[in-house]
Amino acid sequence: MNFTETDKKIIRALQSDFPICSEPYKVIAKDIGISQEELLQRLNNMKREGILRKMGAVLRHVEVGFKANALVVWVVPPERMDEVAAKMCAHSEITHCYDRNTAPDWPYNFYTMIHMDSKESCVEFARELSEETGIDQYELQFTEREWKKTSMQYFME
Amino acid sequence: MELTTFDKQLLNILQGGVQFVPKPYEAMAEQLGVSEERVISRLQELKEKGFIRKLGAFFNSDKLGYNGTLVAAKIEPGHVAEVAAKINEYPEITHNYQRSCGYGLWFTVITNSDDRRKQILSEIRSLPGVISLLDLYSQKKYKINVQFKLK
Repeated sequence: MNFTETDKKIIRALQSDFPICSEPYKVIAKDIGISQEELLQRLNNMKREGILRKMGAVLRHVEVGFKANALVVWVVPPERMDEVAAKMCAHSEITHCYDRNTAPDWPYNFYTMIHMDSKESCVEFARELSEETGIDQYELQFTEREWKKTSMQYFME
Repeated sequence: MELTTFDKQLLNILQGGVQFVPKPYEAMAEQLGVSEERVISRLQELKEKGFIRKLGAFFNSDKLGYNGTLVAAKIEPGHVAEVAAKINEYPEITHNYQRSCGYGLWFTVITNSDDRRKQILSEIRSLPGVISLLDLYSQKKYKINVQFKLK
């Protein structure tokens, strides 16, 4: 994968805060040194190619009422993984869903991040997911403390 | 501060994405039936009050030539805080959480080379108090969609 210096400059400019003003793209384009039209065109391309997942907001979940989150780790038979993933991903309470490799003392191969209003709702929701999918080996892990939560800064080297 | 119905509608739109048009806030204002000024001033307030973690671009790290992994670390009791502080020093580590299981710290590592990832993991493995690490890489990312539907 090759990115030109201009590509990298654009990506660097986009990863800082998006301006809240009438013409935000004009501000960003000026910083980069390209026209607004070119910037909008490139954003459309990056979105289409899947490089840009989204240009938008991620909220502070606790502040907006989703006070509890849990990482639920599951043991899913490999041949059922795609089907189980499709069922789980249909729920908006699940923000992340990945497979992951296992280790001798760590049998869990499937991960979902769930966000609810309380710990009790997380437990109940996981139980419902288990019932819906028939996957009964799972564990909920609650976050005791966030030591760090930032966004990756790309092409900074 | 309590979110009003208008705030919730506005934040729901903003989570879905900002349009690639010269005046994106005007487009949101039209959707909501208010003025562009109202949208802009309210968003500035909501950001200031801490409801928005980040407004900006979210990239697919794989497509930029980076690879991410999740690491679980088993730590000796009493060493968690100092190990967490050391882990936080790496810019490649963006998330670092303490969780309630045998593996006390869980962190993500995003690098654009395998060598760099291995180097970071071996440095962390040799920190005092670290018993073992699990490198839990993913082959299939089924869903990444951080949107909280506000009602």
